[in-house]
Amino acid sequence: MSAALDTLYAAPIREHARNPRHRARLECADATARGDNPLCGDRVEIFLTLDGARIVQASFLGRGCDVSQASADLLAEAVRGLDAADARALSARVRQMARSGEGADAMGALGALAAAARFPSRVKCATLPWVTLEAALDGAREASSE
Amino acid sequence: MMDGIAHGYDVARIRQDFPILSQGVRGRPLVFLDSGASAQKPRQVMDAMRACMETAYANVHRGAYHLSELATENHEAAREAVRRFLNAARAEEIVFAGSSTNAINLVAHSFGRGVLKAGQRVLVSEMEHHANLIPWHMLRDSGLGIGMGVIRVTDAGELDLDSLRAELAKGDVGLVAVTHMSNVLGTVTPAAAIARMAHEAGARVLFDGSQAAVHRRVDVQALDADFYVFTGHKLYGPTGIGVLYAKHELLKAMPPFLGGGDMINTVTMDGFTWAEPPLRFEAGTPPIIEAQGLKAAVEYVEAIGMEAIEAHERRLVEHAMRVLPEVEGLSILGAAQDRGGVFSFALDAAHPHDLSTFLDSRGICIRAGRHCAEPLHARLGHEGGSARASFGLYTTEGEVDALAGALREARRFFA
Ligand SMILES: Cc1ncc(COP(=O)(O)O)c(C=O)c1O
Repeated sequence: MSAALDTLYAAPIREHARNPRHRARLECADATARGDNPLCGDRVEIFLTLDGARIVQASFLGRGCDVSQASADLLAEAVRGLDAADARALSARVRQMARSGEGADAMGALGALAAAARFPSRVKCATLPWVTLEAALDGAREASSE
Repeated sequence: MMDGIAHGYDVARIRQDFPILSQGVRGRPLVFLDSGASAQKPRQVMDAMRACMETAYANVHRGAYHLSELATENHEAAREAVRRFLNAARAEEIVFAGSSTNAINLVAHSFGRGVLKAGQRVLVSEMEHHANLIPWHMLRDSGLGIGMGVIRVTDAGELDLDSLRAELAKGDVGLVAVTHMSNVLGTVTPAAAIARMAHEAGARVLFDGSQAAVHRRVDVQALDADFYVFTGHKLYGPTGIGVLYAKHELLKAMPPFLGGGDMINTVTMDGFTWAEPPLRFEAGTPPIIEAQGLKAAVEYVEAIGMEAIEAHERRLVEHAMRVLPEVEGLSILGAAQDRGGVFSFALDAAHPHDLSTFLDSRGICIRAGRHCAEPLHARLGHEGGSARASFGLYTTEGEVDALAGALREARRFFA
């Protein structure tokens, strides 16, 4: 068994992909965006409710591989209660980590996404929900992994 | 994993021509099942390109010195090799373009804008590669009054000839542009019958032979094709070169696509006159080195024999149709009667992308995604994409078995 493969599909990723906690539409969302990966067809929609600049609730809908869907579920968990500026900063750090593979230790559960760095073609799977989050916060309705 | 000499086809010997195939991937043999995206290259192609640069390189059609004349002669010999490969009536019917994509865009511009008339439509099928779809969308959207129509695909993944007939009966079709072999389903389309139907309705026909020309002998005269395109890199040749075949009378009537050197007769500061085909459509310095690579590729497959390659691939397809359906949870897209060595599939336990990463860890290269055929995936209810294995002349039954075994393993891994 390949060790890299086991880290990409480590227990938390598989658990979030198979049994997501935040897969739902928020009917009363204040901000929402849809992100597409045009190459593989992965899709993620992010829903946020806001209290001023603070994210109160976050959820997602989507279809795609385990990595993109687990990343979306982890995202929804992580950004609840954050100010928009902090959520953006977190998003930048997650995207950097998924590209470089570095900094996982300081990221808690999100650290599992660092394994994507060992699979260059899979980095965009991990980052698609995060670019979609940034689009939602920017008031853009659509985002693309490209 | 190497199969022996079956039916006189020495695949082990053939594999030795492809240096990359003896490479390992993380300690495992490379199982390359993505030739449909781009094929590996035999040493003969590499040698021809190197020889061109080492012994016969200069710009073509431009120099009055020996080396340029030699390069020009070799370049025209490459055109002649492609003419023979497609059984075109004359070498002037062969235009070198950068790729299939470039060749189809050339037709969409030159024939589409210069010959088609407002009110006419272009028919495409639901199983086109985006390369044979978007150029027609762009033509339709350019405000010239040219429309589009769709040829349906059946649930089995075959062209619905009744829908072609119904569209043609509307009497406004100027061009039927369809694939000769689907890059997703492997379906080989009945090209000769399609051409006959189109011609009876007064329409021209273009075949996207990007996949078909690799797997079957193509005879453009027997098909009565008006346009036929293929791309070098899928035919074991280099990237950067593709071929447009078009009947001479059509090329004569078409305006140029790109402007520049080589495509003109006379130029003043006020204007220019067009060169004759094929140079009219080959503005700028052509792919000189790539043409030598393509010539070597064509000679390579002809030396093996297109019939022998086709027979080998038929055996592989039959083998795959035996062993893949036995993998639990696997569904294969399409069930065409006439299919070449391309299989798209879905595994219940794993998304195509995850599957591709898993198979890669076993040294197996497949493609995951929508394979530049988004409408077809939507048509077949696989919006999220599929996984695809595609065969080449070097593919072995052992490799198909390795795929089946790894798919079983993947199902356990992702369960
Ligand atoms: C059926 C088909 N048409 C067109 C193309 C485009 O070929 P190219 O990218 O070389 O232009 C491909 C391959 O990608 C193909 O499979």
